[in-house]
Amino acid sequence: MSDPDKSTHGTGANGVNPDKDLNAQNLPGQRGDQGEVIGVRRGMFGANNGGDTSGYGGLVRTVRLPGATSRPYGGWFDEVADELEGALEEQGLVPENVIEKTVVDRGELTFHIEREYLPVVAKTLRDDPALRFELCTGVSAVHFPGDKGRELHAVYHLRSITHTRLIRLEVSAPDGDPHIPSVVSVYPTNDWHEREVYDFFGLIFDGHPALTRIMMPDDWQGFPQRKDYPLGGIPVEYKGAQIPAPDQRRSYS
Amino acid sequence: MSTSSTSHATPRETTEGTVYTVTGGDWDEVVEAAAKTDDERIVVNMGPQHPSTHGVLRLILEIDGETVTEARCGIGYLHTGIEKNLEYRTWTQGTTFVTRMDYLTPFFNETAYCLAVEKLLGIQDDIPDRATIIRVLLMELNRLSSHLVCIATGGMELGATTIMIYGFRDRELVLDIYELITGLRMNHAFVRPGGLAQDLPPGAVDQVRAFVKKMRKNLTEYDKLATGNPVFKGRMQGIGYLDLAGCLATGATGPVLRSAGLPHDLRKSDPYCGYETYDFEVPTTDTCDAYGRFLLRLEEMRQSLRIVEQCLDRLEPGPVMVGDKKIAWPAQLALGPDGLGNSLDHIKKIMGTSMEALIHHFKLVTEGFRVPPGQAYVAVESPKGELGVHAVSDGGTRPYRVHFRDPSFTNLQAMAAMCEGGQVADVIVAVASIDPVMGGVDR
Repeated sequence: MSDPDKSTHGTGANGVNPDKDLNAQNLPGQRGDQGEVIGVRRGMFGANNGGDTSGYGGLVRTVRLPGATSRPYGGWFDEVADELEGALEEQGLVPENVIEKTVVDRGELTFHIEREYLPVVAKTLRDDPALRFELCTGVSAVHFPGDKGRELHAVYHLRSITHTRLIRLEVSAPDGDPHIPSVVSVYPTNDWHEREVYDFFGLIFDGHPALTRIMMPDDWQGFPQRKDYPLGGIPVEYKGAQIPAPDQRRSYS
Repeated sequence: MSTSSTSHATPRETTEGTVYTVTGGDWDEVVEAAAKTDDERIVVNMGPQHPSTHGVLRLILEIDGETVTEARCGIGYLHTGIEKNLEYRTWTQGTTFVTRMDYLTPFFNETAYCLAVEKLLGIQDDIPDRATIIRVLLMELNRLSSHLVCIATGGMELGATTIMIYGFRDRELVLDIYELITGLRMNHAFVRPGGLAQDLPPGAVDQVRAFVKKMRKNLTEYDKLATGNPVFKGRMQGIGYLDLAGCLATGATGPVLRSAGLPHDLRKSDPYCGYETYDFEVPTTDTCDAYGRFLLRLEEMRQSLRIVEQCLDRLEPGPVMVGDKKIAWPAQLALGPDGLGNSLDHIKKIMGTSMEALIHHFKLVTEGFRVPPGQAYVAVESPKGELGVHAVSDGGTRPYRVHFRDPSFTNLQAMAAMCEGGQVADVIVAVASIDPVMGGVDR
């Protein structure tokens, strides 16, 4: 990827290194009150049944992902956004209905797409000569149980070899209706990637030629990479001490 | 005994007993009938335990005689849930897991993961130059060892056992360097978020220089042994054919894509770790076949040697870990009688002189560091293709989600396109030319 502006390399949404941002609330990993809330963490040591007597039990930390960015995005980001919006308009679509929001963070451009328009957007990005994102590097998913109504996020990274660019598409679906249209018809490489996401997150890709489990056994119950699925494990004895299973150890929320 | 009129094996009595004479005049009819009834069409299950399927890869081949009509992959036999496990460890502990994904390219996994974490932290510009140069050095040595295994096992699968011996002989030289530098032959966890676990030990530079010299000489042996070998060429040329359109559709990258003539290499097109400042070439061929990929791997090894030499010339004394003490861990390691651990000086300092330092050490080791919320995607050019890391943080001390886009996983999808319509024996060659490693495919 040719970075549009090397001087903002490795900076947060507001152009300042988040670690050195004086406007951020003085908490580690906290960024002011901008951004999109995807969950709330309470306490300090992962104990939420009153077992935390350290005094940190009342700590509340809101988790905010970088929120929507307004124009200009900087460098070639604006060019790609303009071309995409123009190409969508040519197809009789209203860009505001298709692109939920655009996020620029850490030198990366993310389009949040309404799920029903994903195949159209993917095809446009692949075929438009000014865009030409020929290579899809597959789909990854993230489960945000606290992000009500959009718990499951599917994340696509598209690479343009012609223009040496990289963008990200993000699509969300609620837990109750985990459906996203498949893009296998546009990017055949996503065949296995979509099977993998289905296997681990239970996201159903409508239109996939054969959506079956790929890693886990065919008769497996549940979707292992969801946050409510336990890691499992057994306590291990080491030098006389019992070491609890990894998901039972102390964690820092 | 019945002697039906349709039988062409007519019996005749002799003193020794009945003798049948098979005339075989109707074999054309027999073959035609067999083709009609499809009796020759069988489904062969290859693997998951088969020496020439590169680990626990299962191939399900539908064959008609010697021709493969349909080829499918069964994967998942080596799935170890590394991505899930990462969510229950600190960001630093993550390197111990990701190094085990594609076990032939540990330094690429570690570096890609650490680059993603550093991007999330926003500290890319703070990584010491020496750490970055040593990362490049290790990655290029790793490219050599990975390609050597590919060529060695690929040759062995053709029956060329000499090439196997040569490949593993030379790989051993690389592993000796790993062992000297990191202490381990594989699963190093040497690259850490913020830099490296340790600096190079004394004598490492000299040993790498000696290796480069020796390897330059050894590489010509592969040319002498295989490149012009008519049997080798006969088995590889035109086999595992996948053209550029096929590569882009199936998402194949690395030598598979470059064998179709496209000089796409992330070290050039999306440079990381300062690759834009190194002098090297991206070789391509336009044969789209297994032989082309073999030649590419040989040439890439030569280019890697060039980069290794440039790394050695650039090395200057300095830190190998970021200055921020809240991230830099482990920072003070030393070799003790019971192995590698915190240096006695460091322990003396934190236990005896500074309570603040002790608290910091305790917090860093037990809790780790916090990473600002957000997501990052970093891709490196591994020997197999684009190795991408999608890392998501929720502001905690552990990764919220890490996904590896492993090139072996994606490239293996191209197996069917390469094999269908070919001979059974060529399936082995085609799969070997993709160079899949199941540790990376299944993660």
